[in-house]
Amino acid sequence: MSINATPAGADVSADETATSSTGRHAAVPAQRAGRGRTPLSENKKAERKLGWLLCAPAALVMVLVTAYPIIYSVWLSLQRFDLRFPDQREFIGLENYVTVLTNEFWWTAFGVTMLITVVTVAVELVLGMGLALIMHRTLVGRGIVRTAALIPYGIVTVVAAFSWRYAWTPGTGYLANLFSEGAPLTERASSLAIIMLAEIWKTTPFMALLLMAGLALVPEDLLKAASTDGATAWQRFTKVMLPVMKPAILVALLFRTLDAFRVFDNIFVLTAGGNETSSVSMLAYNNLIRGLNLGIGSTMSVLIFLTVAIIAFVFVKLFGTAAPGSDDSERR
Amino acid sequence: MAETTTRARLRWGLLDVIVVVFALIPVLWIASLSFKTPATLTDGKFWPREWTLDNYRTIFATDQFVRALVNSIGIALIATAVAVVLGAMAAYAISRLDFPGKRLLVGVSLLIAMFPQVSLVSPLFEIERQFGLFDTWPGLILPYITFALPLAIYTLSAFFKQIPWDLEKAAKMDGATQGQAFRRVIAPLAAPGLFTTAILVFIFCWNDFLFAITLTSTERARTVPVALSFFTGESQFEDPTGAICAAAVVITIPIILFVLFFQRRIVSGLTSGAVKG
Repeated sequence: MSINATPAGADVSADETATSSTGRHAAVPAQRAGRGRTPLSENKKAERKLGWLLCAPAALVMVLVTAYPIIYSVWLSLQRFDLRFPDQREFIGLENYVTVLTNEFWWTAFGVTMLITVVTVAVELVLGMGLALIMHRTLVGRGIVRTAALIPYGIVTVVAAFSWRYAWTPGTGYLANLFSEGAPLTERASSLAIIMLAEIWKTTPFMALLLMAGLALVPEDLLKAASTDGATAWQRFTKVMLPVMKPAILVALLFRTLDAFRVFDNIFVLTAGGNETSSVSMLAYNNLIRGLNLGIGSTMSVLIFLTVAIIAFVFVKLFGTAAPGSDDSERR
Repeated sequence: MAETTTRARLRWGLLDVIVVVFALIPVLWIASLSFKTPATLTDGKFWPREWTLDNYRTIFATDQFVRALVNSIGIALIATAVAVVLGAMAAYAISRLDFPGKRLLVGVSLLIAMFPQVSLVSPLFEIERQFGLFDTWPGLILPYITFALPLAIYTLSAFFKQIPWDLEKAAKMDGATQGQAFRRVIAPLAAPGLFTTAILVFIFCWNDFLFAITLTSTERARTVPVALSFFTGESQFEDPTGAICAAAVVITIPIILFVLFFQRRIVSGLTSGAVKG
């Protein structure tokens, strides 16, 4: 379905909900009473049971594979637990947290992660908005643009990272001598810039797609009316489009921010964390797999989890980001 | 009026070209490297001067790559199948049934979509070692299903909400059995949504690097992205660049095919899940 058809599709679904709900009322008047705290009809009970039954497997898998490990990792983070010295395993309270939080590598990695997150998300918002407008409004070659934009989205991050790495490798790459004679991936500033470039290339299309979903909600009539009233293109963008798109923008920002915070693949391939370019994910990985230190690794896991939770909380509370799906269930 | 249209077309066309070039250059570059001969590999030219297929012959001759490719395909396909089935069940319930706990489920899957995967790496590493799942297919399939489920549930419930379910009733009134109504009417309408979701989930599993590198240690379950990062030449004096690029191109082919053939579906899947989901 192209985006032109989406508003129509939305109408269809709205009509459908309307007809089906009226149909339901007509067919089973008792069901309406069911909402008013009167005893449940057999039908209603069966519907509940089926609902739970259908959701149970998905809910079970999701909780088992995330909730249990994260609780377990809190438990592990309170222990001295180095797989190289398993005999020394003991409960040490918050000592690991003190170790990590007073460690300069952690704070360097934290700073790097924050920097990458803020810069890439900001750039992606601007580029993504541009790309969304192009994909949504272009008069020619809409299919080609959309197909091309999906390639960075779909491509394996490691593959793209190798492409960037070789592009900047002196001797091999077409970009290596673009700015200077040196090897860009051996210096901190240029390495970070390349990591961010790789991230931005890879994820701008995703941002653009989320924003395009918001663009599709902007009523065409409203834009035409604004245009007739003499609004410039910039005014139409800031006064008409942006307000309508605000929820979509916030959701896109939230998702991309959290996603950017877990940056790992690109750094692993591009610099392997050399020259102080490690992200927190990279550091946790190194402590676990290279260092085999489960205690410290788990402590970092918990800290990253908490940071992400705080970011999400800030988005939801401060900016009122509506979780996708939440308004939908209210509408029903 | 006609003049502005032409100019507008030109302007849009120019923007299109910029997007396409920007999106394709890294892909063309790695493909170009994979066709270069060892002698011209380090000439710094964007296009190969001498073409060769040797890099592809090399990787398909090594067990290391072929095993990883089999692992990648098998793990991604199984995880996709399970996630789509479980996701479809949950999405059907969410879009069609009324039951307490529905919003909780939607909330939980949203939380999981935002969950920092690296936080699971340490505990899963230890848990999977205890249960003997470490370095096995199920050891990777489980986390993949988990993180693919929110995507599957959102996309599918958006699709399911657009299906005119009353057609099912109509078919039954016309004398079709429940099974026939489902097979002939509902299944064909739901199929595109399921298919689109399957593509998105497959891309997600195919892409993963973090779980694959932490939860595997040998060729038993190592997937291609990880194998790539461990590639070394046949001898330590041999530069693995050509082989890495060839392997990278091989695992990019399915993505390119999906994108070429199903662009509309992928775009509608991603956008509908985002707005209406």
